[in-house]
Order: sequence, then structure tokens, then C-alpha cells
Amino acid sequence: MTSPKKESKTRHNNRLLLQFLRGSKALFALSICCSALTTLVDMMTPQVVRLTIDNAIGGKASQFPAWVDELVERLGGYSYLGSHLWIPAVAVAALGVVRVCAQFGNTMLNASGSETLVKNMRDTLYDHIAHLPYAWHMKNSTGDIIQRCTTDVDRMRTFVAEQLTSVLRIAILVAMSLYFMFSMNTALALAATLPIPVILAYSVLFRKEMHQGFTECDENEGKVSNIVQENLTGVRVVRAFAHERQEREKFEAANRHYTSLWVHMGHVIGRFFAVQDVLCGLQILLVTVYGAVLAVRGHLSAGEYVAFISYNGMLSFPIRRLGRMLSEMAKAGASLDRLVYIMDAPVEQDAPGAHEADMAGDIRFENVHFAYEEGHEVLQGIDLTIPHGTTLGILGSTGSGKSTMMLLLDKLYDLPPEGGRITIGGVDIREIQTDYLRRNIAMVLQEPYLFSRSIADNIAMGQTGATRADVEKASAAACLTEAIEGFADGYDTFVGERGVTLSGGQKQRAAIARALLRDAPILIFDDSLSAVDTQTDAKIRSSIEERFGTATVILISHRITTLSRADQVIVLDGGQITERGTPEALKTAGGVYQQIYEIQLGTEGGAGNEA
Amino acid sequence: MKRNEKQERVALPLFGIPRILPFAKPYKRNFLGLVAAQLLCSVSDVVRPVLQKYALDHFVQQGTLQGIGLFAAVYAALIVVTAIISYYGVRGCLATEVQMDRDMRNKAFAHLQKLSFDYYNQNSVGYIHARVMSDTSRIGELFTWQLFDGTYFALFVIGAAVVMLGIDVKLTGLVFLVVPVIVVLFSFFQGRLFTLHHEIRESNSRITGNFNEGITGAKTIKSLAVEEKTGEEFRRETAGMKRTVLRSARTYGAFSMITNLASSCALALVLWQGGILAAHQVGTFALFMSYAQDLMEPVRWLVEVLALLVQAQVNIGRFTDLLALKPTVQDTAEVEEKYGDCFAPKRENWEPIRGDIQFDHVDFKYPDGDEYVLEDFNLSIPFGTNVAIVGETGAGKSTLASLICRFYEPTRGRVLIDGRDARERSQLWLHSALGYVLQSPHLFSGTIRENLVYGRPDATEEEIQRAIHLVSLESTLQKLEKGLDTDVGEGGDLLSTGEKQLISFARAILADPKIVVLDEATASVDTLTEQRIQAAIDTVIRGRTSIVIAHRLSTVKDADVILVVRHGKIVEQGRHEDLLARRGYYYQLWTRQYEDAAISRVWQAAK
Repeated sequence: MTSPKKESKTRHNNRLLLQFLRGSKALFALSICCSALTTLVDMMTPQVVRLTIDNAIGGKASQFPAWVDELVERLGGYSYLGSHLWIPAVAVAALGVVRVCAQFGNTMLNASGSETLVKNMRDTLYDHIAHLPYAWHMKNSTGDIIQRCTTDVDRMRTFVAEQLTSVLRIAILVAMSLYFMFSMNTALALAATLPIPVILAYSVLFRKEMHQGFTECDENEGKVSNIVQENLTGVRVVRAFAHERQEREKFEAANRHYTSLWVHMGHVIGRFFAVQDVLCGLQILLVTVYGAVLAVRGHLSAGEYVAFISYNGMLSFPIRRLGRMLSEMAKAGASLDRLVYIMDAPVEQDAPGAHEADMAGDIRFENVHFAYEEGHEVLQGIDLTIPHGTTLGILGSTGSGKSTMMLLLDKLYDLPPEGGRITIGGVDIREIQTDYLRRNIAMVLQEPYLFSRSIADNIAMGQTGATRADVEKASAAACLTEAIEGFADGYDTFVGERGVTLSGGQKQRAAIARALLRDAPILIFDDSLSAVDTQTDAKIRSSIEERFGTATVILISHRITTLSRADQVIVLDGGQITERGTPEALKTAGGVYQQIYEIQLGTEGGAGNEA
Repeated sequence: MKRNEKQERVALPLFGIPRILPFAKPYKRNFLGLVAAQLLCSVSDVVRPVLQKYALDHFVQQGTLQGIGLFAAVYAALIVVTAIISYYGVRGCLATEVQMDRDMRNKAFAHLQKLSFDYYNQNSVGYIHARVMSDTSRIGELFTWQLFDGTYFALFVIGAAVVMLGIDVKLTGLVFLVVPVIVVLFSFFQGRLFTLHHEIRESNSRITGNFNEGITGAKTIKSLAVEEKTGEEFRRETAGMKRTVLRSARTYGAFSMITNLASSCALALVLWQGGILAAHQVGTFALFMSYAQDLMEPVRWLVEVLALLVQAQVNIGRFTDLLALKPTVQDTAEVEEKYGDCFAPKRENWEPIRGDIQFDHVDFKYPDGDEYVLEDFNLSIPFGTNVAIVGETGAGKSTLASLICRFYEPTRGRVLIDGRDARERSQLWLHSALGYVLQSPHLFSGTIRENLVYGRPDATEEEIQRAIHLVSLESTLQKLEKGLDTDVGEGGDLLSTGEKQLISFARAILADPKIVVLDEATASVDTLTEQRIQAAIDTVIRGRTSIVIAHRLSTVKDADVILVVRHGKIVEQGRHEDLLARRGYYYQLWTRQYEDAAISRVWQAAK
């Protein structure tokens, strides 16, 4: 019935599931074996009781297989057991020991499988996400992806480790119960089996019916929750407009409605359980009465009757559970789809034959065109050479394309084949290994990101084997030492959500220290000093200038003073280079650079006094 | 630092249950009904094995089918009656749960409307939200369902004990022997399990944090080429989590292993000591076996519910602590007597407000700070004055505004409104005369109209249209299919930030406040919207006392008084010309802004 397309999608999803299950399949299989053993022991106990009642005490002729009789003979015969009841008691206890051991094995193996599975899923996802292109990260919302990596992973775990194994376990339990029941009396066993499909069908069908009610409840819970959220985030507006009473009324109305939906669901759920109880109860009644009839007519011994009732008791609860499981398992499909969405996104990949080129060469942009979305070219034919060891300054307004140039150079976005070329030392960057390229470019982003770890670790992040001395030197160069020493734990101060919050300027300086620490031949500063005051700015600039000559430096800034020490400056506007030349020449070229220079010349003196 | 979701260890007397009793009280009758239902259910469950015993003893053992019809009828009737009782039980229990939840949520929500801003500043929205929504539902669940099950199990144990004692005292003693064993074991394992669960939750939140970092920090990770390094660290974290979970599984497994073993022992004991019964009374014997097994269920429940209680007392603690929290800004009893509270204002006693504000020797420090941000501050703002507050981001510009709004109160000194201490009148009285426009416009879900009349629910259509006209929202509304009845959240991007800003201006105008507090947006909007917003600001502040946290040059220049804030303190104060002439900090801020404006004009011209 399913279309071929859908079928291949299912197969595709299953492949991912199998990939996730690598290493845990065997554990789950073993755990189910242990659970089968538990069940088997559960089944044996009533048999021991039956043997005791019928043969040892009751003195009836044995109907057990020959090996049982042989075992009993070894122990001294049925009548001996009858007078020494501690022996069957020990047997029951021994079975109990086997049972708990099997159960323990089951718990551990299942936990082990489940944790292996979760770890595998998380690691795979994390790794995959880390290698997805930056463009993918821009397109997808963080909250949504995290939701997938947590909630959906957990749902998959529940599906495999709890639901799937439970269903198998229940199936084994039911099969074994039925086996023992059928081996004792076919007619009674048939009578016990017949109501099972009815109970199962009722539970599955009715659950589907309840589903709608649950969805409505969930939606309304969302509404109530949303009112709280809005009230809390808008608390200033609520108070300033003296709207407390109305807010309370709005909340209470939604809360009342939500509650009334659940009260109604109480009726639906209660009816569901009641009918199920009646169905299961009637099944037990059927077995009790029909069994009694058979026993009276001599088709069933008293011991068999007791054993039969025990087995039957084992059936009804699992079957009730099975119905619920089956309807809940349907949800896992959606979660798998959501994970497949991530895993199907292609990761960054180097072109075949990509290699490590000499990075100490000239950087050239050759007729570079780029658009984030079709029809909106951000770069419209950039031609530029930055000779090795020189410094380039870029002046541009917001949206002029200056950051885009840097993202392309760092291969955070891929330049399409028809978008021209960027070369380093004559080699197209498309042919340079991405990882290698990025390790050789130290870039300070406009909005620096710090990781939640110590400040020293943050600064040393990009350079393997950096020592504390290196970190301290880089911090000094970025004028960060004073701030770091002001923290209680100095360099070991934890940054981020669970630690101190750095100011915008401190963050920028930490990112600069991180870049300066790296021993890269290309340094990029993308408007990295905007939140730093002028004096600190000057100090950091001189630190950067120490690298002039040995490294190729690109400075993006709107401050002329920052740009004035560059070897060449370009003015970028609307994705095109509108002015280029040495800072000296541009000062008198009559363009935007000169105008901004003149504005800043007039005001810089005043701003420089800032302490 | 704001408080976020953290694991806390709390120990409350009786697991904090007494604190929740007031919320259970209105449902006393429900609870009585539930106990009655459970009593009947457990009677039926005690009776059922007795019926089985009867079937064995009477029919199977004596080999007669006489009366089996009646037996079946009684049994069936029992099933149906039990099911009906269980229906009412489930329904009643759920109803009680959700109603208790509702009451707790209402109470928490109403209380939050009164709490002062220091609470909101110290706690993240997510944290507070969880107090209202998830804590309450966990408490409700515990109180109803666990109580429901607990009653059932207690009654079942008692019932079974009575029946068993009636048959054989010694055997009963043997069966009950296992109970203390399990209780002792539980107390031994429980502490360990709790610690492990705590560790697992911590580890879990670290992993979520790692995902968050890997995604939000993707650009930085890539540009540093440290994917392998962070991946390695992540794998170490997940491996640690795996170890902890397995340790907890081992502990739990060992615990349940011993409980189950105890249950098997009980069974063996019955077989050993009671097996002889089977010779004459198979039914009695089977009954004992059945009870011996069923008794383990309540014990297991007890173990679980104790663990739940330990966890739930965290919820109870947090929820009741919230309710016990006193607002730091609170009207006195006399004020409340005369002016009413925020839910039941006595508007008939309210004096009309003029709009004079005066700071009189005000010292102020934030409740969670230890440095005074205002010291002996004096300023008179007669009605109609425009005050501009300038300074860098994060310099503490909103402090004065918060004091005027009485979101905070001075640590020493007074804020006078119309010549009288603000504390002599109710908060609502002041707020009713206040207009507040935030930097990031906060609109509530609903239609544009609903948002406009937020501060004036009784506004006429004419007044609404006038307000729309004053902020030139007409063109925006025209392009919307449903006009004023457009849902603000619809489609997400239907309204731009600038347009939302304009709506919040119109909302403030419609409320016709005497005092306006306005936090100008720094967000870049297109030139046309910029002009519309500027015009709207001029309209809003005209003829009112206004306090503007200013970013725009024109707003600053025309202000009657400018307060310059730096590192949380007012460093300069005066009119624009005087401040410029002083060549101090204001001069620096002004020149920088002026320069930025000039540069953006250069770029504009270049295009």
C-alpha cells in the first residue's frame, strides 16, 4: 500500500537507527534473554507448587516428564518430599535466586545497552553538527536543534530500551504462559486466550480516541504557559499600565478552561480503565469457573488448577501494558524523522585532492561574486591582492560585504564555482584542506563567543600545547591582564553561564588574546575593538602592529586611526571596492575615506581624553 | 548573576507536605470520597482471592458443581462493581489533581503580580516560569495519585493481614517477616540513589549545555578549527554520564534484587510451613500464596513513593518559598485601606495626579548590590519637564526611571509625586497615571486592537483612531488584510520591530498618562521608520512629564534637563549647551554620537 518513495524513506530511517544501535544491539538481545529466563523461572515456580500439592502431598501419580520424576527419585521420592517440605521450599527459594540474578542481568544489560545507544546517538549527532557547514547553522534555529538532540534522542532511547524491549518481553511472557497452559489443558488454555485479542484491540483503539483529547489538553497547557511567559517577560509593561487585575483574570480564565478539559478527560480515562478492568476480570472469571468445571469433571487436577490460575494471572497485566506500548510507539517515528533531518544534512567536505598549501603567500580575490540568497549579491566583483606580510585596512558601512569577504576567505561560506576565485600563494582555497586553512588564519569575529570554561582555557583554545606563560603574554598584549587579575580565581575564573559574565569590551579583548596567541600567518580583526575605549584601543593596536611584516593582517574598522598604519586601505560600499590606496593617499583623494577622516580628526582629540 | 534552574537539596519536615495542606483543604470531600472508593476497591481485591479459594475448596476439592452459577454471578457482579468504583476513583482523583494544580497556579500567578522588581532581576524568566507551571503539577500529582495508590495499598495490606490472621497466625507472621527487611534495605539504598540521580541530572544539563555551545558557538569553533577538540571533550562528558547511569542502575538493580529475593523467601516459607495445609485445604494454601506475592507490590510502591517524596520536597520548597516571599515594595496597610490593592482598587478615593516629580535627598542601592548608585540625589521635575538620561550601554540609565515608577524605593530619602511621598499613595494609583515605552517593544499575544487598548480597555473607536494617527500607523494597518484585528503574533514577521515600536507608542498615548517613561530603541531601523518613531516620541512626550532614556541626538538636545550616567552614577547634569561647554564626559558621548551620525550621512550620500 505504501508508495515506493515512502518505503525507501522508511528503509533510509531504519538504516540510521541501525547505525545508532551499533554496539548496543547485542546488549539488548542479551537483556531480553535474561528477561526470558526470569519469565521461565516465574513459570517454573507454580509447577513446583503443583508438584508439591498434587504428587508430594496429594499422592497422585506424576504426569511430569520423565526427567522430573528421576530428579524427584534422586531426592528421595514424592512421598519423601511430602514429609520433608523444606525441600520444595528450598527449590522455590533457589528458583528465586536464579530469578533475581537473571533480573539483575537484565537490568544491567538493558541499562548498558540503553546508555551505549544514547552515547552513540549524542556523539554521532554532536560530531555531525560540528562538521555541518556554517550556512546550515545560520538556517536552523538553535533551540530547535537542541530540542532534537535532547528530547528526540530521549524519545528514541525510550522507544528502543523501554518500549521495544518491553514488547518483546511481554511477547515472550505471553508465549510461555500460553505454552504451559496449553501443555496442561488445551480447552482451558483456549478459553483463556480468546479474550486476549479483544482486550488488546480495545486498548489500542480507545487510546487512539483519547489521543485527540490529550492533544487538546496539551495545546491549552501551552496557552496557559504562554500567558505566564508573556506576563513575566512583560512584567514592566504590566506594572506600568496597572494591568495586574486584567492579567490575573486572563490567566485564571485560561487556567480554568485548561482544568475543565482535564476534568472531562478524567471521565474518558476512567471509562477506559473501567472497561479494561471488566474485560480482564471477566477473562479471569472465565478461567476460574471453566477450570473448576473441568477439574470437577476430572480433566484437571487441583495442582494444575492452582498453577493454571497463576499463569493466567501473569497474562492480564502485561497485555494491558502492551496496548499502551503499541500506541505510544507510534510517536518514535516522528522523533527519528527529526534526527534524520540533522544526519542527512551534508557535512563540510574538502574537494578531492585538497592539500596543505604554503600559507605564507599573497592573498588574491579574483572577480569574487557572492550572494546569500539568490538575486541579492553581497559582493559584486571584488579584485584585490594582499601581498604576504602586508596589512590591509577595510572601511565599509554595515552591509557593505566586508565581513562576507572574511567569511569566504576562512571558508565559512563556500564560494560557488561561478563566483570567481580566492587564492593564497597562487593556490585556489577550494583546493586547500579546510581544517588546515582555518588553523592558519586567526580571525577575531565581530561578536566573539566565549566557551563556558576557564578564561585561560578560552584564550588557549585555538593553539594546541599553549602554556600558561603564552596565555599570560597574549592577555597582556590584549590589555586583559588587569581585568583577569581582578577576578577571584584569576586565569582560572570560569566564564559564561555558570561563571562570571564579561563585559562586551572584555569579551572582545579575550578573543583578541586568543587570536594573538595563535601562531598563524594570517590575522583578521573584524571590527574587533568597537566596545573598547580609545586608550586601550591604542595599546592593543600597537600589540597587533608587532605582527606587521611577519604576518598578513586584515583590519576591518570604522576608526581612521586604526586604519592609518595599514599598507593599503580599501573602501567597500555595496559589495564593491570604491576607493583603494595607501592611507596617506586616500586622505586627500576626496572620497568617503577623506570625509570620515576629517570628521574624526575634529572629534578624536576630545574622545581621546577618555580615561 | 541570575538564578537559573539548579538542583537544590532541601530537607523539609514531613517532606513539606504540611505546607501544601491548605491547597488540599477545599477538596476535603473529594479526598474522603477517594479514600472510600479505594476502601471498596481494596475490599474487592481482598475478596477476590477468597472467591478463588472458595472455588478451589468448594468445587474442585469436593468435586461438585452445585452453585457454580451463583458463584459466577457473584464474581461477575464484584468485577462490575469494582470497575464502577474504579471509574469514579480515577475521575475524582484526576479532577482533584487538576483543580489543586489550578488553585496553586492561580495563587502563584497572583502573587507574582505583586512581587517587586528585585525578584524579577534576580531570577530568570525560565526559573520563575517553572515555579508556576512544573512545580505545581508535580506537587498535585504527588498529592492525589500517590495518595490514591497509598490508600489502596495500605487498605489492601490491612485487609490481607486480617484475612490471613483469621486463617493462620504463624504463617501470617512468616509472610510479614520480609517487610522490615525491605524497609531497612530501602533506607540503606535511598541515599545513594538520590545522590546518583542528582549527579545524572547535573551531567545531563552539562550535555545540553555542550550542545548549546556547539551550536551557538559554531562559527567560533570552525574559525578556530577546534571541532575535534570540542568533540573529544563532549565524548568524555557523555562517557562520564554513561558511567554514572550504570552505577545508578547497578545500585537500583541490587536493591530490587534483594527485595525480590525477600519475596521468594516469603513464598518458600509459606510452602515449607504451610504446605501441609494443602493436603486438606488447597484453597487456604493457594490464598496464602497469592497474598504472599501480592504483598510485595505495596512494599515496592512504598519504596518508590519515598523516593518521589524526597524529590518532590524540592518542588514543594520552591513553590511555597515563592508564596512566602514578601514584595520589597509594598503599600502600607493604611494606604491599602484607602486606595485598595492592585486587584481591588478603590478608585473613588484616588486624587487626580498632576505629574510633578521630586527627588528629595535620595540614596539608593539595588537590593542585590552593595554599592550606592545614588547618594543624596536631589532633582525637581515639575509637570511638563522633559528629562533625558544619557550614558553608555549598561551604565545604569534605567535606575532613575525605576525609582519614578516605584519599581524600586529609595534606600534613604523620598521620591515625591505632586509634592507627597510616593509611599503615601498606592502603587496602582501611580501606575495608572504612567506611560511606559520599552526599548524592545513588548506586545502581548492577541490582536493589534487588544494591544492598543491595553492601558485603556474602555477607549472609544475614535480615540483609537486618533492614537493611530498620532504615531502614523495608518499605512502599516492598511497593508494588513485584517487591519486592527490582525493577530500580532500571526506569521511572526508580519510586523517589523519599528512597527511594533509604533504600536507601543500608540498604546502609551491611548492611556493618556501624565508621566511618560521612554526607553529609546538603539536597534537600527530604516530611515523612514526612524522618522516616524522620532515624530511619535515628540507626540508622546508633548504636554507630559517625560523621562527619556535617550539615544537620539534630537531628543537629547531639546531636553529640559540631561542626566549623564556613568558606571551607575550621575556624573553630570544640566542643559545641552551647558554640558557641551563643560567639555566633560557628556561632551565625549555627544561627539561620538555626532560623529557616528555624520559618518552615516557620508555613507548615505555615497550611495
